[in-house]
Parts: sequence; C-alpha cells; structure tokens
Amino acid sequence: MLEILSYPFFQRALIAAVLVSVVCGIIGTYIVSRRLVFLSGSISHASFGGIGIGYYFGFNPIIGAAVFSILAAFIIETITRKTRMRADSLIGILWSFGMALGIIFIFLTPGYAPNLMSYLFGSILTVSWFDIGAIAAISLAVAAVFFLLYREIIYLAFDEEYAMTQGLPVRVINFILLSLIALTIVMNIRIVGIILVISLLTIPQVTSALFTSDFKNQMWLSIFFALMASCSGLIASYWLEIPSGASIIFTSVIIFLLARLAKRVFMKQ
Amino acid sequence: MEKIFELTSIDAGYNGKLLLQDVHLPVYKEDFLGIIGPNGSGKTTLLRIILGLLEPLRGSVSFYDKSLQGSRKAIGYLPQFKAVDREFPVTAGNVVLSGLMGQKKLARHFTDSDHGKAHALMDRFGIYHLRDRAVGDLSGGELQRVFLCRALISSPRLLILDEPDTFIDSSFSKNLNDILVELNRDMAIILVSHDIGSILSAVKNIACINGTLHYHSTDEISREILETHNCPVRLLGHGDIPHTVLKKHGEN
Repeated sequence: MLEILSYPFFQRALIAAVLVSVVCGIIGTYIVSRRLVFLSGSISHASFGGIGIGYYFGFNPIIGAAVFSILAAFIIETITRKTRMRADSLIGILWSFGMALGIIFIFLTPGYAPNLMSYLFGSILTVSWFDIGAIAAISLAVAAVFFLLYREIIYLAFDEEYAMTQGLPVRVINFILLSLIALTIVMNIRIVGIILVISLLTIPQVTSALFTSDFKNQMWLSIFFALMASCSGLIASYWLEIPSGASIIFTSVIIFLLARLAKRVFMKQ
Repeated sequence: MEKIFELTSIDAGYNGKLLLQDVHLPVYKEDFLGIIGPNGSGKTTLLRIILGLLEPLRGSVSFYDKSLQGSRKAIGYLPQFKAVDREFPVTAGNVVLSGLMGQKKLARHFTDSDHGKAHALMDRFGIYHLRDRAVGDLSGGELQRVFLCRALISSPRLLILDEPDTFIDSSFSKNLNDILVELNRDMAIILVSHDIGSILSAVKNIACINGTLHYHSTDEISREILETHNCPVRLLGHGDIPHTVLKKHGEN
C-alpha cells in the first residue's frame, strides 16, 4: 500500500489533489450558493475552443483554455447585464460553441492530437512540477481574496442590490470572482478534465450543505469532503486501474450518498 | 419644513419602456411619506431612482441633507421580500451586520461595538434568539424583521421600506406601526405599499403613482382624489384619533 507513495508521480498527484481540493472547496461554495453551477459548466466547455486553437497554432493548449474560459465568463456577465437576453440561453450557446470550435480546430490540425483525452477526462497522474506551481499560485490568489473580502463577497452574493446601495464596488468584486472561477476551472482541467470539471465544484459543496447553513462552515466542510474524495479516489484509481478523474468523482458521489444516509440515521429525532 | 431631498421632472424606465413620467417629489426632514399605487405602476422604479440603482432618463435628484450627498449610505433600505435568495447560506445575525457595509472600508472586520448594535436591534425586534439561524429557516415575518434591523443598524437619516407589510405576521403588523412612528422621530421614512391601510395613521404625506406621481399632504386627501388616481385606498379620514375607513370598490 505505502509503496505507491514513494513514486514521484504519485506524490505530485497527491499534492495536486490537496491543492485542488482546497481551491474547489472555497470557489465551489460560492458557485453553489450563488447558483452559478450551469454558468461554470459553460465556462469549462467553452474552454475547449481554446484548447483546439492551441493545438492548431502549436502553443500550450492550457493557455488557450485559460483565455477562452475567462472570455466566456466575461461575455456571459456583460451580455446578461446589458441586454435582456436570458442568462441560461446564452450559457447554452457558449457551452456548445466552444466545444464546436475546439472540435473543428483539432480536426484541422494535421496528424494525431496527443493528450486530447487528458484534457477531456483529466490526468492527475501526469501533472508536472510546473502544473503544481500554477495550481499553487491560483490557490493562493483564491485564498487571499476570500480571506480579505470574505464579508463583502457573501453580502454581495446574498443581496447584490442592497450591496450596491451600500456603495460596495459590486462590479469589480463580481469580475474578480468570475476570473477566479474561470482560473479554477482551467486548473481543474488538468486534474479531472473538461467534461468532469464541475464535479469537485459542486458535489463536496452539496454534501456539506447537508450539515450546515453557514457559508464559512460550508467552505471548510467542502474542503474536507473534496480532500476525502480526491485522495481516496486517487488511491482507488491506482488499485482498480481505472481513470483517476472518473474515480475521484465516483468517490465523491459515494461520499455524498453516505453523508445523506448518515444524516438520516443519526440526525433524525 | 426642511427638505432633505427632492426629485424634479424625473422620467424613468427600462429597455425603452417609460415607466415614470414627469415625477416631482419633495421629501422633508421628519416626513413619513406613503407611496401607493397598483402593481406595475412604477413604485419600485421610483425607489431605485432614489437609491441610485437606476439613472433617470431625464430630471434630477437633489439631496439637501449633507449626510446623503455624494453617496447614499445614509439611507436605510428594506427591499421587497422576494428580492433575495432564501436558500443562501448566511445567518440572520450576519445579515443584520451587513447593514454596516457602507460604513466599513473594504476588508475591515466588525468591532465589538458593531456586534453590540446588532444584538441590541435584534433584541428590540424580538429576533435575538434567531441570530445564528440561517435565513432559509426563518418565516417571512422574521426575515422582514431581520431586514428591518439591517436597514436600521447604520442609524440612517432616511428609511425606505418596500412593501414591508406583505409577509409580516399580524402580531408584528401592529407593532410595526408603533415602531415606525417611533423611528420617525429620528429619521424620514418612505413606505411603499399597495395596501397602505395598516400603517395609515402614521403617514404624513401620500404620493399616488400610476405612470406619474400625484402628491398630497394628508389633510387634503379626499376620497375623490384617491379614486381619480385609481389608488387601492378608497377612503381616508382623520379625526382626533387617527382612523381609516376602507371601502371596497363598487360600494357606495
């Protein structure tokens, strides 16, 4: 059992899992409580357009993904604010358009597209120290913003209009948070892949919401459940020889179901 | 009487649709202004103009009270109940404290005296025991009281209430009237309602909205005026003891 811990690739994977769990615990609580799950799904799928363009023009696809996801976030925010277009319709359009763009560019790229599957389904076992550095930087940014602006963020998320009457820089804070969501999603692509990105941003949070109705407690509990899911999912994927991303998500759903059951059994009067 | 602010020749609307036309409205220092009008008449639009959430298409908003000039932080605002997401994970006590946002610099923590203020207010309105409960666990009336505390914690010069009586339970509705009269000694109050009957005795002036605004000080309000503007209050009367008589439409 312990021998897998001595492999450098597995050590890197574990470090990445821990960092990702912390960031997803924080950002995911914001996403779930502000009902941005669908928007986040759209951002992640739209990023596939950037990955395709990266392949075609021969630069790092993850950079293309980062640009596309931030772009998608700001397009949704700006257009829904300035026009009467329904947010969920626009989210649907960007979701499919990004995927379509990615497919076209990958098709046009001569030869075989290496690692394509790892962008779609993640591959935590191949993360490099450079990846870990990037994930650590994003984690630090997210933690710093939530530490400094915690009150402003929850008051804004709870009642945006009231926050405006109080002179809070609502637009600026919204843009900062959207950028952090976009970056978190891109970082997640390395771990669980585009298709599964939304999992670590929702399942641990929904699990923690079973036990507490306070934002801060939900954040801590989400981090805890995300850590449980990602670490045990990773180990399970090694033993069962199944893809790591899917294994992590499968584990987090199992944890959710167990938590529901536990709540029923132990917290029933 | 001293004016604290005034709307002059305001036109306002959204997406090319004009909801308010040529609105003039003075609000005085110790005013208690009731704004009445049917649904969709532009009541909330008018509030959004006063709160600075919406820019008027034409006309001006002038603040004469120093604390209101520049920013509108000295306004306490109780929004319509349906405007917030009740599933949001936040406790009642924290919602009350959020009324101090306007007075805090970014990234500052609340002090003991802030918490003291919040506790005192919640105690006054009988919701202190709910301070650690999530907003989703509160009844409509309890949540309205939480919002009232949030609006009052910054000691505002002007209190704006948007349909505060909609979800108030009947026991608190009676109290609300007394509370507002008491608050009115320290601040001007604007109260929007489609049923002003329950708080009428406290109201000093009335504005009827239906596309545009008709302003009346209480002593001139007659049944004819209210009927002309299609307001839901049919008959008002004032004697030594303030009283209200409401008549159903179509009755003599």
